[in-house]
Order: sequence, then C-alpha cells, then structure tokens
Amino acid sequence: MQAGSAMNEGSDILLRQLGAQFPRLSTSAFRGQTRIVVPRDELLELLRPLKERFGFDMLVDLTCVDYLHHRDATDRFGLVYLLVQTESGRRLTVRVYVNEPDLSVPSVVSLWEGANWLEREVWDMFGIRFPGHPDLRRILLPEQFTAHPLRKDYPLQGRGERHNFPVLTRSQA
Amino acid sequence: MPLTPLDTPRVSPLAGEDYLWTLNFGPQHPATHTTLRIVIKLDGERVVDAQPDIGYLHSGFEKIGEHLDYNQYVTVTDRMNYVSPIANNVAWHQAVETLLGIELTPRCRYIRVIVAELARISDHLLSVGAMGLDVGAFTFFLYAFYQRERIYDIFEALCGARFTNSYTRVGGLMHDMTPLVVEKIRAFVREFPATLHDMERLLNRNRIFVDRTRGVGVLTREDAIHRSVSGPVARASGVPRDLRKDEPYLAYADFDFQVCCAAAGDCFARYYVRMAEMRESLRIVAQAVEHLPAGPINVGPEERAALPGKSAVYQTIEGTITHFELVMANRGFVVPCEEAYAAVEAPNGELGFYLVGDGSNVAYRARCRPPSFLHFALFPHLIRGHTLSDVVAVLGSLNIIAAELDR
Repeated sequence: MQAGSAMNEGSDILLRQLGAQFPRLSTSAFRGQTRIVVPRDELLELLRPLKERFGFDMLVDLTCVDYLHHRDATDRFGLVYLLVQTESGRRLTVRVYVNEPDLSVPSVVSLWEGANWLEREVWDMFGIRFPGHPDLRRILLPEQFTAHPLRKDYPLQGRGERHNFPVLTRSQA
Repeated sequence: MPLTPLDTPRVSPLAGEDYLWTLNFGPQHPATHTTLRIVIKLDGERVVDAQPDIGYLHSGFEKIGEHLDYNQYVTVTDRMNYVSPIANNVAWHQAVETLLGIELTPRCRYIRVIVAELARISDHLLSVGAMGLDVGAFTFFLYAFYQRERIYDIFEALCGARFTNSYTRVGGLMHDMTPLVVEKIRAFVREFPATLHDMERLLNRNRIFVDRTRGVGVLTREDAIHRSVSGPVARASGVPRDLRKDEPYLAYADFDFQVCCAAAGDCFARYYVRMAEMRESLRIVAQAVEHLPAGPINVGPEERAALPGKSAVYQTIEGTITHFELVMANRGFVVPCEEAYAAVEAPNGELGFYLVGDGSNVAYRARCRPPSFLHFALFPHLIRGHTLSDVVAVLGSLNIIAAELDR
C-alpha cells in the first residue's frame, strides 16, 4: 500500500511536469496504470526527455491496436509504447493515434534499439510506416504478402493465404 | 491493400566484399532446436554479419486471440513457449484478471506460484541442457531431461496433461491440488538439489565448456537496457530487474528468495544465472507448498468469473445465477471497455499481454509481448566477430523458442 501511494505521488509529479511542457497531452489511469496520449508530431519530443530526464530507459513493448470496430473509438489506429524505469520498476504507457491516409509515425529506433523488430512487426501486421527506421521490412510474413493481417478488416480465414503465391504443378516442379 | 515498395532499397554495408562466404543456417538444423533461419556472412571462420530470418512458425496467435474467449485462449498460450506452457497460462490469466479487476483467492495465488516456479525450473533445465548439448556436453543434457520428466509427472498428477496444461481459468484454476501432487512436489524438492549439484559439478569448472562460453556473446548492461532485454539474459548482464521483486504479483511478496545476477553478460553468465535461479525457484516452491493456504481456489459467485461448483449451483441462488450468467451465450464476464497490460516474470523474461476489452467475452486485441522476440533481435549484435562454432553457444544461451518468437 505504502509503495503504491508513493508511486502514485511520483507519477502525479511526473504528469504535472510533463503537462506544463506539453499542453496537448491527455492523461488517464486504469487499474493503477498511467497512460498518456500524445499528438503524433510531439511523440519524439516527449519520448526523448522521458528517456533522458525522467529515467524511462527501457522500451518494454511497442504495439498497435486497430480501433475499426471498437465501441466509441474516434481514431483508426492507436500505437502503444510501454516504458519502464529499470531503477524503480515504474511503468508508463504512451499512446499515439494515427488515421488514414497518413499512416506513419516517427521511428524511435534512435532512442531504443529494441524498437527495431517491434516496429517491423507493427509495419508487417498493421501497415504503419516508421520514417527513420533503418530497415523497415516485413518480419513474420513473407515479403510477397500483400496485406496486413491484424487489421480488423482482414478476415480470420480465407484471404491472403494462397492467392499470393504461384501455383506449381507437378510437371513444373 | 497492395504492398508498396519500400522507400529506400537495402544496400548491405558489405557490398563488394566478394571474399565473404554466405552460409545459410536453418531453418532445419539440429542446433536451432526449432524452426528459425540465420544467414551468416563468414570471413574464414569468423562471423562478419548475421541476418536472422524469422516467421516460419507464424500461426497468427494474436489474430486467434481476437476470436476466442478469455478461457478458450489459454489453450493457445500453451503453444507459445511450449517448454514451460503453464507459465504462459499464468501470464495470460494474470492479464485477463487485471483487465477484469478480479482479486484471486490466496490458495489460487499460491498454487499458481508453485506451478510457475516448477515451469521455470523445467524451462531452465531444457535451456541449459540444450546449451550443454550444443557445445558437446551430452551427459549434462540427459541429467537435465530426466528431471524435466519428473516435473511433467507432477503436472500430469495435477491437471491430467503433461505438456499442454491449460491449467488456469479466469478467476481460478482447473483443479485443486491433491495430496498426491503435494507429495510428488515434496519428493522433487527433496531430491532435485542432488541432481542440480551434479550438474553444476559437470559444467561449472569444465575446461571445454568454460572455454567455449566465457567471453562469447558479451552483452553489456547499457545494451541490455537499450535493446529491451529482460529475464535471465538481462540479469546475466547486471540488470537487477525481476518482476517477482519489482512488482510482486500473485503471492511473491510472501516468499524469501534472491534475484540472481551476474556482471559478465557472456554465455557462461547466462548459463550460471539460470542454474542459480533453479535453486531459488526450488526455495520458493518449498516455502509455498508448506504454507499452502486452505480455502477455495476459485473466486466466489459475486465476481461472476469462475463457474461455481455443482453443489453451489443446485443449492444456492447465487450459484445458480452465476452459472447461468457464465454459460448463456449472450451473457458472460463483465469486461470494461478499457485497455490493460500485465506481465509476469516468465522463465525466458518478461512475458506480458496487452489486452483491449470491448465489453464482450472476446478480447478486442490480445497482444503478447514475447521475450524470445526481443532476445533473438540481439543475435547479430552478439555474434559479430565470433567464430561459426560460437553460433550454437550464443543461440543456446539466449534460449530462443521459435513458437514464442513467431506466435
């Protein structure tokens, strides 16, 4: 309990400092997890001081959610950056929303090398580009694949599995 | 959705260096243990560059997670890190219960701790055993595998399945622990240290093993943090991060155990940390099994999460209501329209799930944060400058499980 309240106090101070610097931030909390929503053009400006001044030195995860059919969602994609302070174990979630047609978010590989494969996976599964990424190729799916299967308009079965690949008959093989 | 070509064509920094030999390692190779491929550029026997190519086992687990309900998906998590499936079960339902806001019963927490720690021992046994096998220590591998067999026996007595356990449920467990299981665990706790001692004596000061692993694949502390490394790999590089201590979930706050760290960050340090962690896990299991609280394993009907027992269904009105609420197709769990992340210290590192709920019984998005994925990304960095024979030592020390890597 003690540790929990100290942690909340710490995140209050953090959020106040960040709010003074970035007036367009919005914050929320759920089950003790602090979350920040930042406009896309301020993402790198926010993440850099978070890493260098506030000690969120590890990027735990980077993922994406497609809100196409989600109840009361206004944006199409939401990127989620899960940060942690390795000294204290405190976590922070940073979210960015992107909409079609401009599906790109600045790459954070310059801040955390760990983002390299995570951003490739998001590109692979959701088709979001990361300008500034050193090597943005598909990672899990074959290079010839033409869709982004974790998007909500991609069906669970029946599409994209076979028609992308040439059919080899027995005589050709 | 046509795939547009990439902005810049990839130019290898090594273009023009014709004398380099390109070697294709995998996807079928005994030392990869699973299906993964590495394209290695060699200068003589020295590795100049390595390019991992993954995705051979990609089976769309995250897409399936958007179509199976919170109890059904646990069977899929079994297939992620199949070396310690029960730890994945615990991780998945930890995330679901965080999203749903369910407080587990003390007995359930203790049992989950016990099975998670047994899974850690069995995972580390396979990991160090296979690493020993790859660098030539066959006996060591057999010692390790025999003990894994005993842990399988415990799981079989516990839930009927040896391998793909699917043991946890939302708000509880599939079965309670029987006296037979407790007896088997006590026997294991009593007898395992002798084998562990033998294993340490076989390799810790073994000249061949030490020469092949010490100073190989060194990961510095800064790099470990910079590259999002977790678990034993990070601890072997001197990052004292262990979610069991940092954010004590389940009942880990009740137990006396140490976080095992090393400073060297090489393959030997990773082996050594895993060996030391097995001892600590065994201590946790011993404490938990002796202080196992009595009481129910599932949360009560007021939570509307776990199916009540048959006597409660037939004899109490709350039990009947809960039963119907859970089994009727148009009813189910009370899921908030929210997002939550929860992680556990899985044997391989931080295994987390980022869940988005939309009010239905099925997750809107079930992102898995697989430790192997981030560890395999390290591989080119670790192997550069070492020889071809070090590839298997580094791969073994990272414990890459391709099913978890590709999901």
